[in-house]
Amino acid sequence: MPLTRVPFRLRSVAVLSAVLLVAACGKQEEAAKPAAGGGATVVKIGHAAPLTGGIAHLGKDNEAGVRLAVDEANAKGLTIGGAKVQFEMLSEDDEGKPDKGPIIAQKFTDAKVAGVVGHLNSGVTIPASAVYNTAGIPMISGSATNPKLTEQGFAVTFRTVGRDDQQGPAIASYLAAQFQPKVVAVVDDATSYGEGLANEVEKSLKAAGITVLAREKGTDKTTDWKAILTKLKGKKPDAIFYGGMDSGGGPLVKQGRELGIKAVFAFGDGACTDKMQELAGAAAEGLVCSQAGIPAQASSKSFIDAFKAKFGSDPIIYAPFTYDATNLIITAMQKADSVDPAKYLPVLKAISFDGASGHIEFDEKGDRKDAEMTIFTLKDGKIVPVAIIKSGKTIPFEEFAKGAGA
Amino acid sequence: MLFSLLHPANGKPFMEVFLQQIINGLTLGSIYAIVALGYTMVYGIVQLINFAHGEVVMIGAMVALTVISSLAGANTGMPPLVIVLAGIACAVPVCMGVGYTMERVAYRPLRGAPRLAPLITAIGISIILQHLAMLIWSRNPLSFPQIIPNPVFEIAGANVSGVQIAIISLSALMMLGLTALVYRTRLGTAMRATSENPQVAGLMGVNINRVIASTFVIGAGLGAVAGVMVGTYYGIAHYTMGALLGLKAFSAAVLGGIGNLAGAMLGGILLGLVEALGAGYIGEFTDLCHVSWISTGLAERCAQDGHVVLMGSNYQDVFAFLVLIAVLVFRPSGLLGERVGDRA
Repeated sequence: MPLTRVPFRLRSVAVLSAVLLVAACGKQEEAAKPAAGGGATVVKIGHAAPLTGGIAHLGKDNEAGVRLAVDEANAKGLTIGGAKVQFEMLSEDDEGKPDKGPIIAQKFTDAKVAGVVGHLNSGVTIPASAVYNTAGIPMISGSATNPKLTEQGFAVTFRTVGRDDQQGPAIASYLAAQFQPKVVAVVDDATSYGEGLANEVEKSLKAAGITVLAREKGTDKTTDWKAILTKLKGKKPDAIFYGGMDSGGGPLVKQGRELGIKAVFAFGDGACTDKMQELAGAAAEGLVCSQAGIPAQASSKSFIDAFKAKFGSDPIIYAPFTYDATNLIITAMQKADSVDPAKYLPVLKAISFDGASGHIEFDEKGDRKDAEMTIFTLKDGKIVPVAIIKSGKTIPFEEFAKGAGA
Repeated sequence: MLFSLLHPANGKPFMEVFLQQIINGLTLGSIYAIVALGYTMVYGIVQLINFAHGEVVMIGAMVALTVISSLAGANTGMPPLVIVLAGIACAVPVCMGVGYTMERVAYRPLRGAPRLAPLITAIGISIILQHLAMLIWSRNPLSFPQIIPNPVFEIAGANVSGVQIAIISLSALMMLGLTALVYRTRLGTAMRATSENPQVAGLMGVNINRVIASTFVIGAGLGAVAGVMVGTYYGIAHYTMGALLGLKAFSAAVLGGIGNLAGAMLGGILLGLVEALGAGYIGEFTDLCHVSWISTGLAERCAQDGHVVLMGSNYQDVFAFLVLIAVLVFRPSGLLGERVGDRA
């Protein structure tokens, strides 16, 4: 027996602390990337999204959009207010939890960020927006679509995507016109986003004279939809709309087809990703879904090329919108010639900007003016755009793409 | 209210939907039962709630997913069934290893310590396993490869898929096997003796450490199979999937009487049924428009919407736990539990 034998208990303690140490280091590396500032003023831009959990892939997509914009601005070496500026992204994981929103907002406030891009989820963005409003920090979300966000009368709250009350009617009118359903079931994941969107869809469907069944609800972690679907099957809906994310929507459509439900499945933007095919397999074929704004693949070519070159993959959904949001903040700072939120905020409000996701202007609430909505279908395993809905008009996608010269 | 349930205005007859919900509930319940067995076996022997058991199930699903997708992607020419069996065959030993290590590292050193200490290490181990899985398998929800065709049979108007049949029968087999193991083998006798009184069993020549380790290993093995079942059934695996599943299975074990094998099976299946039926019917039972004496006041809203639901399917989990609380109020030791005062 070797003399230096370590007692077992001690060894396990050592292993444990090593694991913890590694975990701690990993975190630090991510949080504090030193800004290489050769005497330049460091301007911090906050970004928050769930970077862990079920929709971390969407959070990372958002983060990539911000990172690209920040790196591009730094490469240009901008001068604002007579001083060279170096932008720095502070990225935080809000875990998609509403109670984490204000905590991170406070953290950003204490870190004196000049502007915030985020958060991803409406449910997190709304409570966080109150903190940004008190602190006077402009906040642009690239993905929060719940109408409530900009209805709070906050001067610093903006978004580069459309609202659920624009997206809801769009998918509802497409459903009504394309499939002429008599009975529609509406399901949501009980989140601010899912429920908000489902409410808008229900309102529009009812207005079109379509019968809507009593609302069914899961949670944002639900993967077992069988009980709800079985109940719905007994009521024979012609279409089923789900307000929620792809991690719930994939299993929903898969289990629905397994139960022999023939209805059309329709989704909002959270479940309008290629992941649906991965999660539901052949069952996903033919689903329809909507996205606020224009599809990532229809965003400007220069953006897609730069994104691919930097990250080696295509943007998923919201990256063009967070990219634009970041550039809006930077451009407003340039125009106001100041990184002070109080000075560049009026410029941001009145901005007219051509970004990766098209032309952006804000209305008095901070919503994007005349936002386009896109309807997609899943064909041969890929999400493909079929129509663009703008100002209540449906335009087939090919026509739109031709017109826009995208 | 009941009459309107039995004769719905449109759609499928009541019985077919009811049967379908029973089948859904049985499938879900079988999975809960298998996971609950892992909790109850460990509790029965060392009076420890192994909160990391849900994570073992998750690791089982993840390992099987990795093996199945790499074998299926490599064009080995193996028949799909062999690939799935290979997935299970890899997941089970890995989980057994995790179960053994867990017991050896986190629980055995604390065996004489106050009851709270191993509970805390259990929670710690659960968090460590979850984050290790996140580092290995990423944070994204992973899709479980569906390589075996999943035929759907229609039985009396209800759809039963091949996967459901496989889950229910495999669970039944495993429960039978475990019962035989506990009541028919030397190891089983040693397990029961240790559960009765570890000190005396030790004096009688039972190697308690080995028996306890075997209990963890067997429980983890069952958990691995349950993980593969969940993955195949829902087609999705995620590093947090073990947490809620574990909590529900633990509740099922308590419902049946923790420490009691038959109780865990009964509790699991009951919980599955309650959940399925709860989600399926709670909305209709609380639809005020069906209750004529109330709905006169609500006539306007009913005419406009057709339904004023007090509690929808979002109360599914609430309903399941209400049943649990109700049972525990009247039978604190669970449905089949007996010994309570001297241990818990």
